Amino acid sequence: MALQLEQVTKKFGGFTAVDRLSLTVEEGTMYGFLGANGAGKTTTFRMILGLLTATEGSIAWNGQKISYATSPQIGYLPEERGLYPKMKVHEQLVFLGQLRGMNKSDAKVAALKWLERFEVPHYTNKKVEELSKGNQQKIQVIAALMHDPKLLILDEPFSGLDPVNVEMLKKAIIDFRNSGATILFSSHRMDHVEELCEQLSIIHHGQQLVSGKLRDVKRSFGKQNVRLHADFSLSDLDSIKGVETAHHSLDGAVFQVDDDEVANQLLQAALQKGPIRHFEIEEPSLQDIFIAKVGEENA
Amino acid sequence: MREFWIIFKQSFVTKAKTKSFFITTLIMVAGIFLFANLPTLIKTVSNVMGDSKEDVVAVLDESNVLVDRLEAQLKQSNEAITIERSDETTAQLKQQVEDEKINAFIELDFDASNTIQATYTTGSLVDQYLSSTLADALQSIQTEVNAEKLSLSGEQVATLFTPIQFDKQNVSASAKSEDELNSARVLVYVLMFVIYFAVIIYSSMIATEVATEKSSRVMEILISSVSPVKHMFAKVLGIGSLGIVQILIYGAAGLLAYKLTSVGEENGFSAFFSLENLEVSTLIYAVVFFLLGYFLYATLAALLGSLVSRTEDVQQMIMPMSLLVVAAFIIAATGLGNPEMGYLKIASFIPFFTPLVMFLRVGMLDLPLWEPLLSIAIMVVTISILGWFGAKVYRGGVLMYGPSRSLKDLKKAIQLGKE
Repeated sequence: MALQLEQVTKKFGGFTAVDRLSLTVEEGTMYGFLGANGAGKTTTFRMILGLLTATEGSIAWNGQKISYATSPQIGYLPEERGLYPKMKVHEQLVFLGQLRGMNKSDAKVAALKWLERFEVPHYTNKKVEELSKGNQQKIQVIAALMHDPKLLILDEPFSGLDPVNVEMLKKAIIDFRNSGATILFSSHRMDHVEELCEQLSIIHHGQQLVSGKLRDVKRSFGKQNVRLHADFSLSDLDSIKGVETAHHSLDGAVFQVDDDEVANQLLQAALQKGPIRHFEIEEPSLQDIFIAKVGEENA
Repeated sequence: MREFWIIFKQSFVTKAKTKSFFITTLIMVAGIFLFANLPTLIKTVSNVMGDSKEDVVAVLDESNVLVDRLEAQLKQSNEAITIERSDETTAQLKQQVEDEKINAFIELDFDASNTIQATYTTGSLVDQYLSSTLADALQSIQTEVNAEKLSLSGEQVATLFTPIQFDKQNVSASAKSEDELNSARVLVYVLMFVIYFAVIIYSSMIATEVATEKSSRVMEILISSVSPVKHMFAKVLGIGSLGIVQILIYGAAGLLAYKLTSVGEENGFSAFFSLENLEVSTLIYAVVFFLLGYFLYATLAALLGSLVSRTEDVQQMIMPMSLLVVAAFIIAATGLGNPEMGYLKIASFIPFFTPLVMFLRVGMLDLPLWEPLLSIAIMVVTISILGWFGAKVYRGGVLMYGPSRSLKDLKKAIQLGKE
């Protein structure tokens, strides 16, 4: 049950929104899709759903083209809330569930079950417009999950949710993964991707800058962070060869270095100046990689 | 097909359950009953407001004979006007008019040639009824005076004023008689109004619905599970059925009101609108042209609605379409007096005008059957083309966001739909 995109390109007139994008999401895994606004994430999702046709390349799920026939197996959470503001929550969920191939009674039961699970059963007969943004987002998530899809496309699933609800939603998504669903989601929040995804892509202006397993991405980035805490100024260490960037704070500094040797040199140099309180070599965060890659592209 | 019915049911039921739908229907039904009982109501209101109290007119009569005859004449024709003989000055009478003690005063005299000279003075000239009643009465008196002078008998006078007999007939046996034409005219007029309003109201409802789904972004979810074309036609049919139900309710209310008022005295609908001469074929044509007109304009509206991304822009976008309907109505309305005009014939074959203009012609004239059939065929073809074209635009239009509010976006939408 893998989702496969191969050399997918989408052009709107002369504008290339997505350029030769390739990715594979294996069954039972989560794939993170990172990119700034306008990077081509939504266009990619729309192509996967069949709303747009790729100009070049192929998209397949289990070796098949995605069409309206497969839509009952797909759950889609659009980036912006897509609900009828005047319709009641339960009615609306039943309607959307039916559209995804559920029969009416199953849809009714599933909607109630999920409202219960997301701790909003008291909104069952409220109009959607009466709900707060975060609660509307929950309803939207239920609409994407209630028919038990095998392929989940989630565009910014965590936006607008408070930390408690983010955890609740993460748990639901993880349950889906554990039961074998294929999940592709986009986010601005690097920490969520780092925490949840086995694989990821960073795209920028339609270009796939980075892709692969999280570990490999980090390793191939070739940079590490050295965190040093001391009671004296570390600013003269900036000039050591191999230090790419340095961020000083009240506690000390974080240096980005390109190999372990430079980290050792930093430690030595600091120790010569006096006692240090903390020394750590950290893996680069996804945030660092994203900023470095996207920034490079912009430069 | 399953999804089609789900969307169809959703657009029908959700709309039918809204308060606004319920209230509009209720107000319209109340309006129909009110209209049916309008004459009775006007009478009642007039009584309560005291409009019907007698007009008081002061008369300054220099001739000394006219005032009695005027009084007699008014009494004879049953007019509720009180005549007050007066010998006050015109200035005093003017004051009385201003103080609203009397409605008006009139100065009467004969001139040298024995013709009545009357000067009518009143506070405002708005009430034309009073002055024309007085003028008519005086005219009759003048006739009598002249007759006396010429020593004509009453019989001779009557002979002079004998009205002629003017009957209209037509040669063709199948053509409509004068009576039939008159009742057809009223019926056609009423039904034209129904078609006109229904087409405008329900097609703009569709455009608004589509734009709402777009602006609330629910469209993206919908068209990821149903093809946009299915969605569009389910929407058009759903709202269309809602319209039919609503019109049936109005029709039933109208029929009930008609029955209730025509049982009693001769007023209300029945005074000027009789269902006895109703031709079944006219009703059938009304239904056919309503449906065709609705589908034509609804498809157009769905297409236009798919181009805007905010509900605020809907009215602007469907403006050209509304103007088409208005144009059709104006063309048809100008033809009510003479439905045989050449331009009506041409207009009745232009699909956007057909529902109203061809209906007018087929309701009022005896057309060869091929004419309405041809126009129906033209409409069906046009609707199919529009449906096909609409679906193409719709596919792309529903995915298009941004400040789109002009017809130029049509091309963009078709392009996006293909992609």
